[in-house]
Amino acid sequence: MNMRVHVDMELCQSHGQCVFAAPAVFSFDEDDNLVHQETAAESMREAVVRAAAACPVRAVHVGPPDEGDVSGGAAA
Amino acid sequence: MSQGLQGAGILVVGASLAGLRACVVLRELGYDGRLTVVGDEPHLPYDRPPLSKGFLVNQDEDVRLPLPDGLDIDWRLGRRARALDLGARTVEVDDGTLLPFAGLVIATGSTARRWPGPTPAVGVHVLRGLDDARALRTALRRGGRLLVLGAGFLGSEVAASAHGAGVPVTVVEPEPQPMRRAVGEAAGAFVAALHRRAGVDLRTSTTAVSLIGDPTFTGARLSDGTEVRAGAAVVAVGAAPSTDWLAGSGLRVAGGVVCDHHARVLLEDGTPAPAVVAAGDVTRWPHPWAPGPGLTLGHWSHATEQADTAARSLLRPQIPAVYRPVPSFWSDQYGVRFRSVGLPALADSAEVRENDPDARRLDVAYYRQGRLVGAFTANRVGRTAAYRARLATELHELAG
Repeated sequence: MNMRVHVDMELCQSHGQCVFAAPAVFSFDEDDNLVHQETAAESMREAVVRAAAACPVRAVHVGPPDEGDVSGGAAA
Repeated sequence: MSQGLQGAGILVVGASLAGLRACVVLRELGYDGRLTVVGDEPHLPYDRPPLSKGFLVNQDEDVRLPLPDGLDIDWRLGRRARALDLGARTVEVDDGTLLPFAGLVIATGSTARRWPGPTPAVGVHVLRGLDDARALRTALRRGGRLLVLGAGFLGSEVAASAHGAGVPVTVVEPEPQPMRRAVGEAAGAFVAALHRRAGVDLRTSTTAVSLIGDPTFTGARLSDGTEVRAGAAVVAVGAAPSTDWLAGSGLRVAGGVVCDHHARVLLEDGTPAPAVVAAGDVTRWPHPWAPGPGLTLGHWSHATEQADTAARSLLRPQIPAVYRPVPSFWSDQYGVRFRSVGLPALADSAEVRENDPDARRLDVAYYRQGRLVGAFTANRVGRTAAYRARLATELHELAG
């Protein structure tokens, strides 16, 4: 089962706290824009929840599993 | 969970970021007993970083921190704790009420340092709380120059925000560069250039000899022999942990309430006080990178992460959580995103890997005894993340 990861890019100010907390899910691209996986494996939940709590502008949201997704379908 | 915390329940002293975060984690971990929060301001918890940025010059943006459903907190706001009795397990607040507790979270934060000399009664501000920010904003709207006393992070941010709103600004800083004690000479020079290019009157290696005006502030005499006329001043010379109320309590207080790496508060004999934890700016705590008596940090992420540890250690004393972070903070000035990881202030050497004032980019790595202990960047957040990963590895190896 996967969970959905959403970042409100209107709020994001690239503090980087989510990248620090869960680098397997959140990262910066070559141009320093935040990029992230849309879904993450359940095994990543603790790190992703920590990333959401660490965001100073509360831009990171963890959603319930997307039933449309095939289990295990998260990007590597 | 520790059943002993039911009954009188848990008392949190301090209603800001750390205090609230402790409450949220206590409830998330299943604590369902009484939860009382004392705060000396009349406000529910709010976020401080915006106070020196947009909030200072724009409309009253909403800075309240979200209160998750189910917190079930007995708020005691506008009440200052004035004494702790560890034997009776009570905290006395300033209306004389005695609040009993089974578990205690100390999160009283820090207090802005005042100007050390004679100070006009009107027009000299500090910036720590919401009411401070509103008062300073009102003063800025009246027009006139703003005199910023101290060019640390707060002073630099206030100068940049006020300048951005069209306020003429003079900054006076005793050190040769702004922010020097935090990030050193090269990074400080980068910040100085930002101020000066913007047109802010930055006077480094300069002190204010006296503040003029009775009762209303009108300006200051400076050590360079000049006099600056200004409509308002803001004193940004640091903050001190708010520990007055702990005097004589039996807790160890030494430049902050002293904790171990589980966020447990220590007694004067160095052993942990039963069921007393602390978090945020008020604490002094050990870190593998920090020599001697440990660290005090006023960072946002420190407040949240140490509060998380404090809540866990309080509820599960048999398996206390460990707080051994890679510290981080940020500062936004003139549209430049400064990001810091680790502890640049502890470094004995710095390596400037990029310094491009035109592109407004900076990348400085900090070392102590040859080992990476921090990094400070401007508009290089991707590199900051890479440094942070290296620092986490270094810290892991050091802590074994």
